[in-house]
Amino acid sequence: MVGSVIKAIWALICGLRETLGYFFETTIFGKPITQRYPEERREPYPRFHGLHKLLRDDNGKEKCVACCLCATVCPSQCITIETAENENHEKYAKLYEIDSSRCIFCGYCVEACPVGALLMTGEYELADYTRESLMYNKERLLRE
Amino acid sequence: MDIITLVIVWLKIDVVFITMLLVVAYLTWLERKVLGHMQIRYGPMRVGWHGLLQPIADGIKLFFKEDIIVDSANKVIYLLAPFIITVCAFASFAVVPFGHELTLFGRTIPLRIADVNIGILYIFALSSLSVYGITLAGWSSNNKYSLMGGLRSSAQMISYELSIGLSIIGVLMLTGSLSMVEIVNAQSGLWFIIKQPLGFIIFLICGIAECNRTPFDLPEAESELVAGFHVEYSSMKFALFFLAEYAHMIVMSAIVTTLFLGGWHLPFVDISSFHPSTLFGQLVVSLLPIGIFSAKVFLFLFLFIWLRATYPRLRYDQLMKFGWKVLIPLALFNIVLTAILQIVSVL
Repeated sequence: MVGSVIKAIWALICGLRETLGYFFETTIFGKPITQRYPEERREPYPRFHGLHKLLRDDNGKEKCVACCLCATVCPSQCITIETAENENHEKYAKLYEIDSSRCIFCGYCVEACPVGALLMTGEYELADYTRESLMYNKERLLRE
Repeated sequence: MDIITLVIVWLKIDVVFITMLLVVAYLTWLERKVLGHMQIRYGPMRVGWHGLLQPIADGIKLFFKEDIIVDSANKVIYLLAPFIITVCAFASFAVVPFGHELTLFGRTIPLRIADVNIGILYIFALSSLSVYGITLAGWSSNNKYSLMGGLRSSAQMISYELSIGLSIIGVLMLTGSLSMVEIVNAQSGLWFIIKQPLGFIIFLICGIAECNRTPFDLPEAESELVAGFHVEYSSMKFALFFLAEYAHMIVMSAIVTTLFLGGWHLPFVDISSFHPSTLFGQLVVSLLPIGIFSAKVFLFLFLFIWLRATYPRLRYDQLMKFGWKVLIPLALFNIVLTAILQIVSVL
């Protein structure tokens, strides 16, 4: 009986010591684990699923051949493509649009692409004020 | 009583009141900061340097919140309750001696608002009255959560008031007086924490329970009762409850300091026996006790926050069992022990 009471009181004291230890550690030496977001930003991992990017080849030409595989495989059907023919009689995407408000960032489109024209970047700050600005057209997806 | 004495009393009340309000404001900052650091976080950082203006920002926010009076509430009691609890919390400080005396221009000003010969009874009377504030707030809001919070609070405070009252009897037996000033004077040699260690621990535990602080914060147990007795309060009325809680903490720390830690006394040195001739020396001798007293109070305020960061809340039946089956017998044992030791003249 007395032994268990002493044990319980000792446990209470151990708890106090623990929190006081953290207090001094944080106040004097340590850095809190908090990331102060707008000032400190987290570096995303290499395979992070962020906003898409359309790539160009070495000559600066769009890699996309408008095969529409990405639009077909997309589970949330947020990719819209309109195809056309250019002066060299090649197929190209006249309109390439990703609706990021519907996109689930699964990355199937990147996996499906036969020419490696699509990539997912680490960009994750995608909030905006209007719905229109959440529609990413070809110009915005081809950004540097 | 001449007019200058009246002005001095009035000034003392003002200074104490404003100081308490400021301390309450910065106690909220301190609590958030200490809690944060104990959990390896920053705490407030945005408003001002290391969040130092945070209490002001919070105060402005609370002032401009919409003041809602619940339709089904009992209006009079609903409005009265926050004032009861705030007045009780602040008025308790009136009998606490926060320093020795101040000699200015040949006038000796005792550093306390009032020396009531039943000071300790006055404090317990006020702390019992503040139970009314909580219970009435819970009842008049007409909400099941706040009613539960109010009931729990009254049950808890009444049970712990018994042991808090019994735990100080040892001190009263040693002093032979109920006056706070007499109790402080009796500790100029040895503090009562040495003579009454058990009484001190019981008083401290019950004091935390009286303030409704963790681990005894059942009246406002967030996870079960939303916010407890003040669910339905908003804006400045909510702020008054907050103010009262922190003022209660300060008063409780001040009482523990006065009863067990020798008030404004330094250990082994009696400051009141010094009588320096220069004005500067006199000022130091009269203001140093205030500093000592504040430091001790701060120590207990830190302890309050420290306990909150460490311990989880007690279950309701554990709380009652602990109060009635452990603390009251221990307090009674302390009284008997003190009496026996006094008869054989050890204490």
